[in-house]
Amino acid sequence: MLLLKDIYTFYGHIEAIKGIDIYVNKGEIVCLIGSNGAGKSTALMTISGVLKSKTGSITFEGEEIHRMLPHRIVAKGISQVPEGRRIFPKLTVRENLEMGAYTKSSKLRVKSEKLKRQYDKVYEMFPVLKEREKQMGGTLSGGEQQMLAIGRALMSKPKLLLLDEPSLGLAPIFVGKIFKTIKELNAKGLTILLVEQNARAALKLAHRGYVMESGRIVKEGEGKKLLHAPDIKRAYLGE
Amino acid sequence: MFFQQILNGVTVGGVYALIALGYTMVYGILELINFAHGEIYMIGAYLGIIFIGIFTVIGLTQYSIPLAILLSFILSALFCSAYGFTIEKLAYKPLRKAPRLSPLISAIGVSIFLQNYVMLTQGATDKVFPHILETTKIEFFNLTITTLQVFIIITSLLLTGLLHLYVMKTKTGKAMRAVAQDKVMASLLGINIDRIISVTFIIGSGLAAVAGMMVAMYYGLVNYSIGYIAGIKAFAAAVLGGIGSIPGAMLGGFILGIVESLAASYLSSEYKDAYAFVILIIILLIKPRGLLGKSQ
Repeated sequence: MLLLKDIYTFYGHIEAIKGIDIYVNKGEIVCLIGSNGAGKSTALMTISGVLKSKTGSITFEGEEIHRMLPHRIVAKGISQVPEGRRIFPKLTVRENLEMGAYTKSSKLRVKSEKLKRQYDKVYEMFPVLKEREKQMGGTLSGGEQQMLAIGRALMSKPKLLLLDEPSLGLAPIFVGKIFKTIKELNAKGLTILLVEQNARAALKLAHRGYVMESGRIVKEGEGKKLLHAPDIKRAYLGE
Repeated sequence: MFFQQILNGVTVGGVYALIALGYTMVYGILELINFAHGEIYMIGAYLGIIFIGIFTVIGLTQYSIPLAILLSFILSALFCSAYGFTIEKLAYKPLRKAPRLSPLISAIGVSIFLQNYVMLTQGATDKVFPHILETTKIEFFNLTITTLQVFIIITSLLLTGLLHLYVMKTKTGKAMRAVAQDKVMASLLGINIDRIISVTFIIGSGLAAVAGMMVAMYYGLVNYSIGYIAGIKAFAAAVLGGIGSIPGAMLGGFILGIVESLAASYLSSEYKDAYAFVILIIILLIKPRGLLGKSQ
């Protein structure tokens, strides 16, 4: 479904990614683990088109997307929940979701019957968003913001969801809820590429995983195999 | 006398407010002070004269003067929108990733270019706005207000209100607010940033054109250099109200107009252009982000 080939991305003057190859099959959860500054977020931003690779190619469903602008890539069916959630603080919860549906709504109006079902789905998944519909995004707690961020990304009905550190800085009860949500979304057919520092939880969830170190992929394989690999245990699982 | 000056101030204030909206919208989205914006207002005034002239030649003014004026407003706004759109594409967009000072210098360059361009094509002397509309004076409680003043006040309030509704309620308006808050996130949701920025310039320039033509009708004279001082004052109005805020721009415009007209009659009219900045300095000392500015 998604194929990254020989990707080199600079972040400012720093060579953040030094030639990586990643593929994601339809229906999979693939996780990208590694320490801070390994280039995981840069990889997601490169897929989304915010950062551009110097070489190589990215294809999504057989189509080259690495020269497209970010908004075109969203329209192709790739949605990202970036690190830090990036809720629009001065837009209401509802308006945040409306912006998520930007590519799906008609030119003039943000309401339509088709979209209504999508709002209902998101509200069903996260009832708290319905309660806080008219509140400003900035007034939500961290966990609620993460739910809003995921809900917002789902509004464009993506085929592939990129999640960057969804559990970072959340209270333990929310972490469990977020991982459960990821599993449920995948069960409903959504393909997911997950970046996580919480390597144990991510590897348990994922079908396959990649380990990144200073801009390179150093290991890849099935989630469960990586979970039991001695060097991974030592470096990322603290055993 | 006092209330008369307030009425006059509100009239001028409405014009400042319309220009200030363009500054505040562009700043809200790009954090750029678009110094060429005052020149758009000046071009709007000239275009008003040109279109009224054309309509006089083809005989439309004989048929219906209000229609000729309305069409001139619309055409002038459309042409100025095209100017604004083109300026952004040529002078600011290529510098979007450059340090913040670069587009600012580019804006000053565009401003100087447009002034000289109009001076060369239209001449350096004042142009007269054709006196085709008879304004009647309305008297009440010892106050005099002309129909033109009423027209200016209502138009500026109406356009500000419409803009506010547009930004709060429509899809593109909401996207403008989203882009102003976080450009990268907005693009990750499928919002075409370039399109939103273009829309911002188109709307702001159209409003400036309306302001320019209203001033040309009000004072009757237009000069290639009017954009400079009006632009700086409208910018002061935008900062006064809180740059980035649409109601703020309107409030700032009206306060500036009223203060200016009161001070000119009670203190000294020689310093008329300086009062705007005295007020600006006082308010910014008390409220550094302006009256309705976003606290961070």
